[in-house]
Amino acid sequence: MPDAMLRVVDAVYHYGDDEGKNAVDHVNLTVAPGEFVAVLGRNGSGKSTLAKMINALEKPSSGEIWVNGIAAHDESNRYEVRRLCGMVFQNPDNQIVATIVEEDCAFGLENLGVAPEEIRRRVRQALAQVGMEAYHDKAPHMLSGGQKQRVAIAGVLAMRPKMIVFDESTAMLDPVGRRDVMRVARRLNREEGVTVLWITHFMDEAAQADRLVVMDKGKIACTGAPREVFADVEQVRALGLEVPEMTYLASELRREGVDVPENVLTVEELTEAVCRKYAPPVRVDVRRDDAPQTAASAIAEETACSRRAQIEVKGLSYTYMPGTPFEKLALNDVRLRIDEGEFVGIIGHTGSGKSTLITHFNALIRPAPGTVLVGGKDLGDKSVSLTEIRRTVGLVFQYPEYQLFEETVAKDVAFGPRNLHLPEEEIQARVNEAIAMVGLPEDVKEASPFDLSGGQKRRVAIAGVLAMRPSILVLDEPAAGLDPAGRREMLELIQSIHLAGETVVMVSHSMEDVGRLCDRLMVLSDGEIVLSGSPAEVFSHGDELSKIGLDVPQCARLADELREKGFDMPHGVFGTQDVKRAIVEALKGAR
Amino acid sequence: MLKNITLGQFFPGDSFIHRLDPRTKILATMALIVAVFCCRGFVGFGVIAAFVVLSAYSTGINLKFLVKGIKPILFIVAFTFVLNIFVQKSGESLVSFWIINITTGGLRTATYMAVRLIMLVVSSQLMTLTTSPIALTDGLESLMKPLTRLHFPSHEIAMMMSIALRFIPTLLEEADKIMKAQMARGADFESGKLLQRAKAMVPLLVPLFVSAFRRADDLAMAMEARCYRGGEGRTRMRQLRYGKGDAMAALAVAALIGVIVLLNVLKVV
Repeated sequence: MPDAMLRVVDAVYHYGDDEGKNAVDHVNLTVAPGEFVAVLGRNGSGKSTLAKMINALEKPSSGEIWVNGIAAHDESNRYEVRRLCGMVFQNPDNQIVATIVEEDCAFGLENLGVAPEEIRRRVRQALAQVGMEAYHDKAPHMLSGGQKQRVAIAGVLAMRPKMIVFDESTAMLDPVGRRDVMRVARRLNREEGVTVLWITHFMDEAAQADRLVVMDKGKIACTGAPREVFADVEQVRALGLEVPEMTYLASELRREGVDVPENVLTVEELTEAVCRKYAPPVRVDVRRDDAPQTAASAIAEETACSRRAQIEVKGLSYTYMPGTPFEKLALNDVRLRIDEGEFVGIIGHTGSGKSTLITHFNALIRPAPGTVLVGGKDLGDKSVSLTEIRRTVGLVFQYPEYQLFEETVAKDVAFGPRNLHLPEEEIQARVNEAIAMVGLPEDVKEASPFDLSGGQKRRVAIAGVLAMRPSILVLDEPAAGLDPAGRREMLELIQSIHLAGETVVMVSHSMEDVGRLCDRLMVLSDGEIVLSGSPAEVFSHGDELSKIGLDVPQCARLADELREKGFDMPHGVFGTQDVKRAIVEALKGAR
Repeated sequence: MLKNITLGQFFPGDSFIHRLDPRTKILATMALIVAVFCCRGFVGFGVIAAFVVLSAYSTGINLKFLVKGIKPILFIVAFTFVLNIFVQKSGESLVSFWIINITTGGLRTATYMAVRLIMLVVSSQLMTLTTSPIALTDGLESLMKPLTRLHFPSHEIAMMMSIALRFIPTLLEEADKIMKAQMARGADFESGKLLQRAKAMVPLLVPLFVSAFRRADDLAMAMEARCYRGGEGRTRMRQLRYGKGDAMAALAVAALIGVIVLLNVLKVV
């Protein structure tokens, strides 16, 4: 057995003949058998190209790549290399070939010409390894994203690879799907000794790896154990990444003179680090349940009444495909109110009814039973003009860049205003305004939307909705699938739109994001609003949240943990800076 | 939601015909169609009709489904019927005024044609109702295999059919999403004249095509990564096997054809 599972020697890749711009630029990398290596880096840093070369899907322009001692740069070895080193891609839909789960799982083995009985045996085994054996005869399009990715992993596993490359395989999944896929990958690594190369934009996933490799502009910028790499907060940010929340908080605390190590990754580690150095004050009967939430919600109620309601929903229910075996109650007696100038976050799992709820806001689904009032107008009333409602409520769906269709950005953004039959000058004025609002340069107007980067495309799509000048902007997972820098910029953009006076409703899976940005949160579960209130109020219901499988932000959890240990931490803190200040205060009273 | 539509018209079940090898069903259907066209008399048609109805009854499928399948072709049936009545002129004249002259021969040919068309549709429907699309593809691939020697791309055609089956629900779902997104930007897909409506489809079709190409690209890459290199040397997990039932079905169809030939020879009309 060779001592290295993967050896990349001075590998270079450039598209076409353009030698000046290397997508992968003299990369050297060695991965030992059984290692779990996470590859990070902003979009376009060369991660995917490197992955494809390792899988013999692309041939390096120069340099060598050895997989388990076999030359992947030699095209005659490509099938052997692809069998030894499987690959799981980003989009769960686009890598499943067959119409039945087990058939798809068998695809690789069929290509290798394995005997039918052996295929059946290995497929059964592989599906069991990823926990999908119960779905062996199901159609792939009926599965969730996370389940599809597990099927894709099983398809690779059936070929008995020694190594698996995951190319952003969790980018398009919800938190539950991500967790499941990550769990499967880690188990295969630990129990079956499969070497894993895990390309990701999620720092919490990277933190679980044995080693990090950070790529930038085609080169390896740095490599090392997660806690070593993340400890240098400045450098990590300069590379377009984020550090895990707790690592960042620790570095902020050190600046304030708090004696904690810089290389912590998790809430548990930081709690322990604080407790090791500081002892909590002698307890003077801290009253835990002074219930700050009741007072806060009363205030919220009062201010709400003094404002004008933009959206009012009462008794709204919705059933999918009534009268069929697929019948499902998607919304159950929902009641809510969104006021002018608010920034409301809606959180919940996939299938909790979030998307169904927001498609009611602009009458894409007519309310029945129940009422939806937008600016006082009843959407159940057939005489209310649809154009008027869609002008009032701007809806940005998930991955909105997939709806772009025009030759130029300007024309695409003008699509909405043109449907409103506005005069030409008005349309142009709105296009310019919307493009400026999403922070795109003037000269992008005449470019084709299909030539832009992913983040820019999404901005164009949002501009297309803003050009309708809606008084309420509703966004479904606006940051999904972006790299850390793109995510941050997208959320800043939405915040700036809100600060410009827009009422914003944002659907998200990320507690951190909604906690930081929103005035008010609504938690949906199984079609019902189970919690509603300010972020501090909602996060104070940690038990209820975890019961429906949602987490409170890490900082809020840290505050709770420290309070448990006896430190004098206030209730209702969850932002990084607030928690930092609270800890500094609490430690003053500590010994 | 478009997600849950059933593909093709497959009606799951566990009857004798459901369990037959897809190849048997394809070949039997073809034989049945040949029999329908060879048949030259009402007795023969009666025999075939009895055979088809009996088969349909044995599958446990509601006969309404079969009747429903005839509806879309009723116009064609009526059209050929009328055409044949007016064009065919043989035998005695039944009705004759102005330029219209309906003859017994014409009436007979017209009725034959109508009955043949209906039988053709019903018997092929019986196949698609009892065979899953994937089994149908497997069967076709297997039957077309001998043609590979004549450089006929049988594996490629089967692979394309199966990928199309896989992606139809995905693309339908996507179309639904894009449609909603454009409607949120004030697009109107429902009103206006034909030309306007066709124009209104552009914001739906362009993104759909772009996405289909992207998916095709991704899928090709994923297939290559799993060692796909065409049909040569490829094995299949699920193998088609002829069983006792298939022999029985073949005998039954052979007997039916025998009866039809016999009726023809004896000139029983």
